[in-house]
Amino acid sequence: MGFLSDPINFIAGWLESIMLGFGWSETIVTTVLKFLGAGAVGTFGFALVIFTIWLERKLYARIQDRLGPNRVGPWGIFQTFPDMIKIFTKEYITPDGADKVIYNLAPIISVSAVLLIWAVIPFAPTVIGTDVNVGVLYVVAVGAMGTLSIIMAGFSSNNKYAMLGAFRAVAQMVSYEVPMVLALLVPVLLGRTMGINSLVASQEVWYIVVAPIAAFIFFTSSMAETGRAPFDLLEAESELVAGYQTEYSGLKFGMFYVGEFLHAFTISALTATLFLGGWRGPGSETFPILGIVYFFIKTFLMYFVVAWIRISLPRLRIDQMLNFNWKFLTPLALVLLIATALLEKVLGMVLPGLNLVETAVPWVRAAAHLVVNLLLLWGVFSALRGYQVKGRKIVGNPRPVAVAPEPPASVIS
Amino acid sequence: MAPDQIIFILVAIISLVAALFVVTSRNLIHSAFWLILTLFGVAVLYVLLQAGFFSVVQVIVYIGAISILFIFAVMLTRNVMQDTGSQNNANWWVGALIALVFFGGLTYMLLGVPGFDAKAPEMQAGIDPLRQLGMELVSPDGYLLPFELASVLLVAAMIGAIYVSWEKKR
Repeated sequence: MGFLSDPINFIAGWLESIMLGFGWSETIVTTVLKFLGAGAVGTFGFALVIFTIWLERKLYARIQDRLGPNRVGPWGIFQTFPDMIKIFTKEYITPDGADKVIYNLAPIISVSAVLLIWAVIPFAPTVIGTDVNVGVLYVVAVGAMGTLSIIMAGFSSNNKYAMLGAFRAVAQMVSYEVPMVLALLVPVLLGRTMGINSLVASQEVWYIVVAPIAAFIFFTSSMAETGRAPFDLLEAESELVAGYQTEYSGLKFGMFYVGEFLHAFTISALTATLFLGGWRGPGSETFPILGIVYFFIKTFLMYFVVAWIRISLPRLRIDQMLNFNWKFLTPLALVLLIATALLEKVLGMVLPGLNLVETAVPWVRAAAHLVVNLLLLWGVFSALRGYQVKGRKIVGNPRPVAVAPEPPASVIS
Repeated sequence: MAPDQIIFILVAIISLVAALFVVTSRNLIHSAFWLILTLFGVAVLYVLLQAGFFSVVQVIVYIGAISILFIFAVMLTRNVMQDTGSQNNANWWVGALIALVFFGGLTYMLLGVPGFDAKAPEMQAGIDPLRQLGMELVSPDGYLLPFELASVLLVAAMIGAIYVSWEKKR
């Protein structure tokens, strides 16, 4: 295990040998290493946000035909640092009648709920915080804490707009959790495991090919979980000022901001891990550092899609958002789950009798799943055709917007 | 002392204190938040017992769903959130006595259980407890009947909820 092929485990092994040299017992060394690893992952997440904020602003600017930040450093890459210094120096305001402890706790939980997901994301076959065997469920559980932080912020601010934002957040996040969990069950079914690292290892064929509908549902509902456009109803500024974060200022607002950006990046990482094969790629098994490179390429690709969607689509109405979830995503996810389970069972009985080459088996399986997915998609779209809006109803004849008044007679003469 | 023992003691103290505040807190919302802390402590205890699945389900179901429902319900009743007046009535000492007797009796009974002070056996390597749990839940010799009954009950509740909220066609 050289430094070049697997630097993180190399450093960890080096630290372990040093601490064992102090005469510490094995359990204490393991504990200290775990704490160090957690600190490293957390710091890395925060450091990444500094970069992604710049990246996202630049992407938005380019899509909107602007220049974006371009003053501090080359291409404005250090723009986030002055912003950070500015936000550090702002005054902390606690509104009158606020619930102080909960008010101050909410931003912290908001960030930590996102950072906790990073504990189970495998960057490379050997670089993973903890490979828990229920990793997929862990992600869902931690997402629930994010909802909690928004409720805390909304309740404790003593502000009606914040409260309304929190109500909307609950309606949105709790309901979008349902299709998300159902869609997450599909890779679990396909990989026969709940550990995220073993799910990545089981993707001989990327699951976006095997289960494109599940990937779509997961991606969409996690976009809704982040609460960003087009799902940013919880902070719709034309209706709710800024939703649950109305009363926050300074670094407390900054925490929500960082949490939001980190969440967007985290869902890209999760989608890349669960559906795009994570660290898989040529040579990643022998050289884990290559796995890290592949992982980040895929993650940034997904992140570009997230930013693209955010900047392209207008905000949904609340009834559209809930209808989309309960009348489209959830039934589709349920049907998909049943179809996938049945197909897996049938394939498990049929495939061994076909005498295929060992390497061809996952591809045949993937093809069968893809065909079923496409059939399902076709069925859904032909069912939806009955609901489409047929033309636009014309309410009245168009009237001219402005007509120049007749000039008075004295002017003409 | 091993690190996991220190973690256990810390978590146990935190969840007990939080549980105490659940019942003594004057603000209903604060009670709900203390309840979340208690439930979280229980989840950590599950982790220490190497039951990762239960700990995660604890967080999803109790913190992610039930507590949020609690808070949501309490937030809708804004006027009765603050409790005023004394929290005790004249019979407080009877309650305390019964609680103490119960605690003593339970402790005494648990002390008599064989293997009370034994250490938990190490989890055997190569066995996936999650897979075993799943197999047990659907095997006829295991817990198939209770599992199916619970499923039927939940489906019935769901259908009932849909029926109650169904908009009557005029």
